[in-house]
Amino acid sequence: MITTKNLTKHFKDFVAVQGVNLELKAGEVLALLGPNGAGKTTTVRMLTTVLRPTQGRAWVAGYDIFKEDAQVRKSVGVLTEHHGLYQRMYVKEYLDFFGQLYELGSEEREDRIKYLLHTFGLEGESDRRIGEFSKGMRQKLSLARALLHSPPVLLLDEPTSAMDPESARLVRNAIKKLRSEERAIVICTHNLSEAEELADKIAIIRRGEIIANGTPRQLKRHLLGPSEFEVQLRETWDGKDLGLSEMVEITAAGEDWFRFQTASPDEVNPEVIKRLMNDDFSVIRLGEVQRSLESVYLEAVHS
Amino acid sequence: MWHTVRRALMITKREVRDQFRDWRIVTPIIILTLFFPGLMNFTARRAVDFVEKYGADVIGDRLIPFLLMVVGFFPISVSLVIALESFVGEKERRSIEPLLSTPLTNVELYLGKLMAVMFPPLIASFLGIGVYLIGVYRQVGWFPDLILLLQVVSLTTVQSLVMVSGAVVVSSQTTSVRAANLLASFIIIPMAILLVGESMIMFWARYHILWWAIFGQVVIAGLLIRAGIAHFNREDLLGRELDILNLGWAWHVFHDELVGKADSFAEWWRRKVKGSLVSLKWPLILSLLIMSAGVAFGGLQAKNYPLPSEALDWKQLEEGMLQGIEIFGTIRFFSVGSAGIIFLHNLRVIALASILGVFSFGVLGLIVLVLPLGLIGYFTGTVAQTGISMWQFLVAFVLPHGIVEIPAIILTGAIILRLGITLVTPAEGSTIGEAWLRSLAEWVKIFFIFIVPLLLAAAFLEVFVTPKVALLLFGG
Repeated sequence: MITTKNLTKHFKDFVAVQGVNLELKAGEVLALLGPNGAGKTTTVRMLTTVLRPTQGRAWVAGYDIFKEDAQVRKSVGVLTEHHGLYQRMYVKEYLDFFGQLYELGSEEREDRIKYLLHTFGLEGESDRRIGEFSKGMRQKLSLARALLHSPPVLLLDEPTSAMDPESARLVRNAIKKLRSEERAIVICTHNLSEAEELADKIAIIRRGEIIANGTPRQLKRHLLGPSEFEVQLRETWDGKDLGLSEMVEITAAGEDWFRFQTASPDEVNPEVIKRLMNDDFSVIRLGEVQRSLESVYLEAVHS
Repeated sequence: MWHTVRRALMITKREVRDQFRDWRIVTPIIILTLFFPGLMNFTARRAVDFVEKYGADVIGDRLIPFLLMVVGFFPISVSLVIALESFVGEKERRSIEPLLSTPLTNVELYLGKLMAVMFPPLIASFLGIGVYLIGVYRQVGWFPDLILLLQVVSLTTVQSLVMVSGAVVVSSQTTSVRAANLLASFIIIPMAILLVGESMIMFWARYHILWWAIFGQVVIAGLLIRAGIAHFNREDLLGRELDILNLGWAWHVFHDELVGKADSFAEWWRRKVKGSLVSLKWPLILSLLIMSAGVAFGGLQAKNYPLPSEALDWKQLEEGMLQGIEIFGTIRFFSVGSAGIIFLHNLRVIALASILGVFSFGVLGLIVLVLPLGLIGYFTGTVAQTGISMWQFLVAFVLPHGIVEIPAIILTGAIILRLGITLVTPAEGSTIGEAWLRSLAEWVKIFFIFIVPLLLAAAFLEVFVTPKVALLLFGG
């Protein structure tokens, strides 16, 4: 659905994006993470054909962004960094206007508007002026605008920013549903837990370059090392060497617990339990330590 | 085509509806539509009463049509304000990006905006004209003949189109509403001059000239719309550039076109000078055609506007010329100083033509250059009427210095055209400012390398050679 090859954008002497390679299939969500000014929005704008890349190529929904820009824009739903809503317009009128621009028939527009207002909990608001809306409501309306023409590709810049937790949950569920409808979705966000919850793939961008790219599991392994496990014992352990250091690397330890890293838990973990039990230790629990995307992100950005 | 217009109208419809929701736009339109024509009716009534007392009815006769034009113009002035913020206003409010992300093409978006800013004030203007006409008919029983009414309505429409198309160009190329407002003087001042000219025509009652004013403005509006679409750049509308004067960048672009990275004079000549000359091929051909047409037009005018017969008496003419040459001799015409004066005069003409060309897509610049050639044509035609060979006249008075001066004029015409054309030609990958700076660098190159030496040579030839050749051929 989205393929970019060496996508690069220079503004005069400033390199905004350099050699970005991305691959996203239908039904996948890619989270584009990075500090402010890293090049996330520029990348999205190139994919919507609003900005013309200086170098490289890209295809969105099968269309070349250089040669078939109108087709690309037809196939993409965009939630922009700033809502950019017309304050004096009524909600329904606004969505109808964009529906016309996307060449939807009047009946289809009517149905889509009804459906989307319901999806985002705005059904009672269709005759209100946009200027009267709160930030969160505006965000939801912008999302509705992006989804109006049922595009196969969605590019969402900060989809839940300025939303209360309930609205954010509503939007996240909508994104999950859209993924299940085989749409390719790119999310630019600073909300790492949201990215972790939604994304199948993560790309971290810094100073215009992709510095890490892969599934969350791949990134964790690549940036934080092999999976880490924690063993909780009933007895005091006191750091005895039970021959475990030959098998695994102990990364942390306490009175009755320790952590180790291994790249092959299927073989190593049963052996660890076996040895502990041979030494009369009772294993209360052995589990994988959850490593947050935040640690992955910080490791990537600072390394 | 219809598809483009239909989609452009979607933008127009939305924007017009939005404008009518904004009291800051509606209020002046209502005032200028209803109140202002009433005021003009009152003025017309009082003026007619006043001038009739003194038997100067003609003033009243001229004032009423003039006020008709004024009534039409005032509401369309509102369109300038709306047009100035059409693109840049959306940019500042950040509402442009969702619009740019839709399948709309540049032309659809541009035309949609153009129509949106033009229609409401124009409709208000027509209503204002209607209100004025009803009032003036009831008060003094005057109604214009249909041709004059058509002229005023057409004039109002094209004035609106010119202002709006100019303002939309400004709006799509500036970084803030403030910058757009500051640049509005480039539209207001020429429009004010134009309005003064039109007012003079109205008072002079030479209404047929209004057709020329209408035609000229249609051409200018067409060029402005072409310029706006050619330089419409989605990227610039999303850019975050600040309104700062970046002289370093401007010099960099200018220098790059002027000198580039040439290591030697030969390389510079090959890459930068020859390249510029080759790229001037079509402007040169066009300039040559225009200058030739100027000479031919001048020649034809010799028949239409012949000089009095005594002025064409060859005996007197010959004596006069010989006397002239002798007088020139006594006042030290045949000196380096005279050549310098001629050279500086020609430089001034070229500077004036270039400046005028910049503000008129090259048109006014070419008019300045073609005038002397038209005069040559006129005098050649006039001389031919006396029975003297026009070739002999041309060889004696024009050819000796014209052989270098005329190519210099044609070359100047070409670079002025290039400067003008740059503004209406899309520049792939560069901004309007960048493209224009590059054209300016080309102007500098051609001016100093070819035009200045040619003009210098022409000035010396005109002082030291032409009079002698003229004397030889006509002096006996």
